[in-house]
Amino acid sequence: MTGILIYAEANGPEIHPISFELLGKARELAEKLGLEVWSVALGCRISDKASELIYHGADKVYIYDDERLRDLNVVAYKNVLVELVRETKPEIFLLGATPWGRSLAPRVAAALDTGLTADCIDLQVSENGKLIQIRPAFTGNILAHIETVSKPVMATIRYRVMKKLPRDVNRRGEIIVRRLEEIDCDGIKCLGKVSERGISLADAEIVVAGGRGLKKKEDLKMLEELANLIGGVVGASRPLVEEGWISKDHQVGFSGNVVKPKLYIACGISGSPQHLAGMRDSNIIIAINTDPSAPIFRHADYGVVADLYDFIPKLINYLKERTGKTA
Amino acid sequence: MSNQGFNIIVLIKQVPDIEKVRFDVETGRIDRSSAPGETNPFDLHALEAGLQIKERFGGLVTVISMGPRQAESSLKDALARGADRAILLTDARLAGADTIATAKALAAAIKKLGKFDLVLCGEKTVDGDTGQVGPEVAELLGVPHAAYVCEIREVTRDSVKVVSDMGDKYLYELKLPALLTVTRELNSPRLPTLKDLLRAKRLNVEIWTADHLSEIIPVNQLGFQGSKTKVVKVVIPSTEHRKGLILKGDDAVEKIGEIILREVAGG
Repeated sequence: MTGILIYAEANGPEIHPISFELLGKARELAEKLGLEVWSVALGCRISDKASELIYHGADKVYIYDDERLRDLNVVAYKNVLVELVRETKPEIFLLGATPWGRSLAPRVAAALDTGLTADCIDLQVSENGKLIQIRPAFTGNILAHIETVSKPVMATIRYRVMKKLPRDVNRRGEIIVRRLEEIDCDGIKCLGKVSERGISLADAEIVVAGGRGLKKKEDLKMLEELANLIGGVVGASRPLVEEGWISKDHQVGFSGNVVKPKLYIACGISGSPQHLAGMRDSNIIIAINTDPSAPIFRHADYGVVADLYDFIPKLINYLKERTGKTA
Repeated sequence: MSNQGFNIIVLIKQVPDIEKVRFDVETGRIDRSSAPGETNPFDLHALEAGLQIKERFGGLVTVISMGPRQAESSLKDALARGADRAILLTDARLAGADTIATAKALAAAIKKLGKFDLVLCGEKTVDGDTGQVGPEVAELLGVPHAAYVCEIREVTRDSVKVVSDMGDKYLYELKLPALLTVTRELNSPRLPTLKDLLRAKRLNVEIWTADHLSEIIPVNQLGFQGSKTKVVKVVIPSTEHRKGLILKGDDAVEKIGEIILREVAGG
């Protein structure tokens, strides 16, 4: 029986949560298509993670645990994955649309001479049993439904759009540990981590974001206070990052981070297409803007036509009173 | 060009001004005719990086684009900014290409040009938004690549050291030839000066068809025919599921406050 191969992304000893989400989706597709779910993990000291992949839906796990795979080396990883795909011939091969996944997947696809669909937000099975890959394009203005005419069907999938299965320690599967003779990673070498991200906006459940409606850098403190009060993190539109008011980690939008929190509060953000592309899938969107015709209001659940300098301090006071917090 | 100079290739794409594109919900067609073309903003940073390397070490910057005839204006703009040579791949047989077919055409053009040291491109485009063509070209050329490059730390005659922004930032050393896809943080693209605009007027954009590439790659591997993915449907996402409730006045504080508290408590 052939299968759906899931790349389990490991950077260091931890498996990226996107991998478990992909396994959840693969399980669902596998039932429909009559396939197995396979997973592959590459890295160093990751062997103990194989059973976690089985608990989350894999029938078979290939592990490449090697000191030489400690760093994310796109050429080495590509060579290993290409060889595995040629040997096992999966029908479908999915990777997370993380920055690393989006750098690695195209190399693998080009080497295999197969189609690759980027940054999918849904996968469906058509009536004639084809995998339909759904992805936003044109800065999130359209959703394209895509079919692949080559094998394997390859796609990268956006973080936090698929649901992982509950961890089931009674699930059984096969673990195949692979040894590598030579690793060809000629031409590229990782010299180490330069800096860690300050925050992970993609993981945030509540985002309080500021835009051009803010008059000066110091006013971000007001948004920070609101964010702290409700357990959120501060986001920003591109102009604020380009002004140097706040680091890129905080940028929401097409050229920044795509976020999907349960609550997104847009403060003084007009809602350019490039910003909307980064937050339109938030569960609840609240927008505060002085301009009633600002595009952000068309994408918000609740819009407040007000000056944020008047509204936010009042809101902070209200929330403090209601929660009894003084922070 | 001297033997020491760098042979730099910059890949650019002309994209529609996203705010002016019309999307037809019925047919799913994307009408770009009302939207003027502009160079994909990310690609201008790739061009700037190429020009800076040329200015420091000498060499040639060749800009390649694939697209309809009107993409010539983006290549003219690149010449005005300081590129030495511009090539437009334009042919009905190249149209309708997915990323792999696009990468094959671009890689074939690069191979046809001969020796190169560095290929630069933007991290992604504002229309396709795949970010796939760069790494695919690298694989087809058999050279290493670094994606999301936000800093070029060191350039020597046979290697580069770059910082790749993958959330956490990593330093990579790549042997040349290599390919880099770059972010907007890398640099600030220059604007063409009057002198550059005058110089560019005298330079031609070379027009290549599929026949120019056929000695490198069979034409049936390019364009729509060579594409491995097909768009079967286009849907315009609806924003109608939003409540769109507009609040004004002093009630708004309390109402928004309660919504926030409900969401925070919702876990």
